[in-house]
Amino acid sequence: MAACYFDVDGTLVRTNLVHPTLFYLANQATPARTLGRLAGAVMRAPLLGLAELRDRRAFNEALFQLYGGMSEDRLLLLADEAYDKVLRGAVYPGAKDLVRRCRDEGHDVVIVSGALDFLMERLAKDLGASDVIANRLEFSDRVATGRILPPVVAGPTKAVLLREHARRNGHDLERCFAFSDSYSDVPMLSVVGHASAVNPDAALARLAKAHRWPILHLDRT
Amino acid sequence: MNHPSVVTLTRRSAPRALFAGDRFVEVDLPPGTRVIYPKPPMAGLKDPDAAIRYALNHPVGADPLHAQLRPGMRVLIAMDDISLPLPQMKRPDVRERVLTVVLEQLADHGVDDFDIVIATSVHRKMTAAEVRWIVGDKIFDAYWPKRLYNHDAEEPDGMRLIGETELGEKVVLSRQAAEADLIIYVNLNLVPMDGGHKSVAVGLCGYESLKPHHNPKVMRKCHSYMDPKSSELNTVVERMGRVANKNLKVFTIETTINNRMFDRPLAFLARDEDSWSGTERAAFKAMKYALDRAPDGAREGIFKRVPSPFDLTGVNAGETEAVHARTLQRCFEQYVVPVEGQADILVCGIPYISPYNVNAFLNPLLVTVMAQGYLFNMYRGRPLVKKNGTLIITHPCTDRFDEAQHAPYVEFVHRLLPETRDAYQLHKRFEAEFAKNPAYLAMYRHGNAYHPVHAFFMWYWGEAGRQHIGRVIVVGADNQYIPKLLGYETARSMHEALEMAKDTAPPSPDITCLHLPPILMTEMAPLREEASVGGTP
Repeated sequence: MAACYFDVDGTLVRTNLVHPTLFYLANQATPARTLGRLAGAVMRAPLLGLAELRDRRAFNEALFQLYGGMSEDRLLLLADEAYDKVLRGAVYPGAKDLVRRCRDEGHDVVIVSGALDFLMERLAKDLGASDVIANRLEFSDRVATGRILPPVVAGPTKAVLLREHARRNGHDLERCFAFSDSYSDVPMLSVVGHASAVNPDAALARLAKAHRWPILHLDRT
Repeated sequence: MNHPSVVTLTRRSAPRALFAGDRFVEVDLPPGTRVIYPKPPMAGLKDPDAAIRYALNHPVGADPLHAQLRPGMRVLIAMDDISLPLPQMKRPDVRERVLTVVLEQLADHGVDDFDIVIATSVHRKMTAAEVRWIVGDKIFDAYWPKRLYNHDAEEPDGMRLIGETELGEKVVLSRQAAEADLIIYVNLNLVPMDGGHKSVAVGLCGYESLKPHHNPKVMRKCHSYMDPKSSELNTVVERMGRVANKNLKVFTIETTINNRMFDRPLAFLARDEDSWSGTERAAFKAMKYALDRAPDGAREGIFKRVPSPFDLTGVNAGETEAVHARTLQRCFEQYVVPVEGQADILVCGIPYISPYNVNAFLNPLLVTVMAQGYLFNMYRGRPLVKKNGTLIITHPCTDRFDEAQHAPYVEFVHRLLPETRDAYQLHKRFEAEFAKNPAYLAMYRHGNAYHPVHAFFMWYWGEAGRQHIGRVIVVGADNQYIPKLLGYETARSMHEALEMAKDTAPPSPDITCLHLPPILMTEMAPLREEASVGGTP
């Protein structure tokens, strides 16, 4: 029994973590609050840029601080709309085919993403994925604190979580597949027997060529 | 007496110029070595377009195409892919000429419900630029990509069971083929193993219908892919093709071309080196000098930029088998060189191109396909080399693969071949796993990669040669491990290779050099006892 592990942003969908975040910031309870949130995000943009330069985990943590103060009810209430407007149409057609093929071959399809769990669950349902490993916001009195619950799904942690998932579900890692677009996911790609670079960034493309991993371009179909 | 294309070397003979990938090597072969050259190109048809119109209006074994057309019918036009011809031909490609006439006839008879599919089977999908080259700007701009597209053997719900042979072989073809009122197949027949029932029954099928013939058992029974009567592969394909033609209406158009692979300034490359003029010798030296010093990409670019000036030598249309009989006759007329006596040692240059690496690098697996697959099989009657004889090839065997086209080949060569070279073991243990690999299948469907099982088929392709040839020695390999993985020995020079070959050859061995490209085939009458029992030559 094997599993196929998929990164999401840039791999299965053309959007990234910023897009749903902007949707939530732009859909606050009042116009004033929306303006305030968007202004706050603009102010934090340089910080986000620096965090991205440092590492993916730092970027995720900085970005999700923007959710601080939003109620859990509102986040979940808007989740369907956020998914429909931001993610559903952004799924690459070739990605749907790839996931379907994995399912048809009897593989578990697992989404491994730094995005938020309630959005990834909707994507998983849409694609027919069997499991989701995603980031979870911390809530206090049903209000987001702006922090992520550990473990933060990013970089090397993805590899750790993937190993745990495989062990828990009896998957032989040598027979498993992993797909990602980003050099930051090299740890995750490195622990499976069949790694593939999907729409890779320049650094991952270079590494994939060196390792002779398959390079897929789902963004061109 | 030797055929004019067979030359016996003397002490005063010039070195032979052989391909070694995308370079040339000059080799001194011992006096007495027999060198077999291609026949000169046959004359092309003077008016190809008129010949095409004549063929469609005067078909063999079928009504003229126009008589089969009626408004409201659904037509599928299928055509051969970029693996034919080699290299690509100068524009207009024969297929553009034929399609132009066919589309005119469809329009004249009110048939507007048609698609044009490139019958790639499990070959890679052609790029838009490649399709444009073959069909021409006018047809491409009018129909690509909605009504002119590549066959997709893995399209969900894209294949249909057409029927079964008496031996239970399933004929599963594309939905478009199954639903068409008429299939018009536009073929370009480069070698005798092309065309005939292979066009529809293989070109428009998928893995399910390839399994009955693309397997080690069938390949071992092929006593030349290029002689359909002696090819088990052809026997199975014909059996399946007859089922297809019984259930579908097929109008076959087949074309043949001559072997004018090199344009005039380089035409001397197809001739005996002793007949080269001083100018030709200087041109060769200059070309060799430039190729030896050009970086990899540039060398490949030079060859890619030179399409071949092939001429159309024949066009026939109508019922598949009747048409193909005429096509084969024309093919053999161009390629077959009669020879007498098998060689103990066969020398071949491996060129830069094969049907499976157009616009890509000839990777190690394809070196095998060329050596023990195509070149070994370029015969009728008896193989050019004796059973357990030695094949010497010139090629660098570079460990390099095109990542867009040949990703599954990498895993095949580097993961599977170290475990076993036994085709049956590879077939049983690994083929099904590759056939289901979602990453490779996505590359096939959404990119320009070969289907993952194609790597296995390539290994099986060399199976008949692998069973027949005793040793393969590579001259000029740039590494040791790739030849070892392929089961080859290496030598630093042709002299060393010949000395190694003599270790297992009889005293004063017969040495023969097959000097190609351009394409040629040898014909050697079977020994009386072989002919009577139909055994392995």
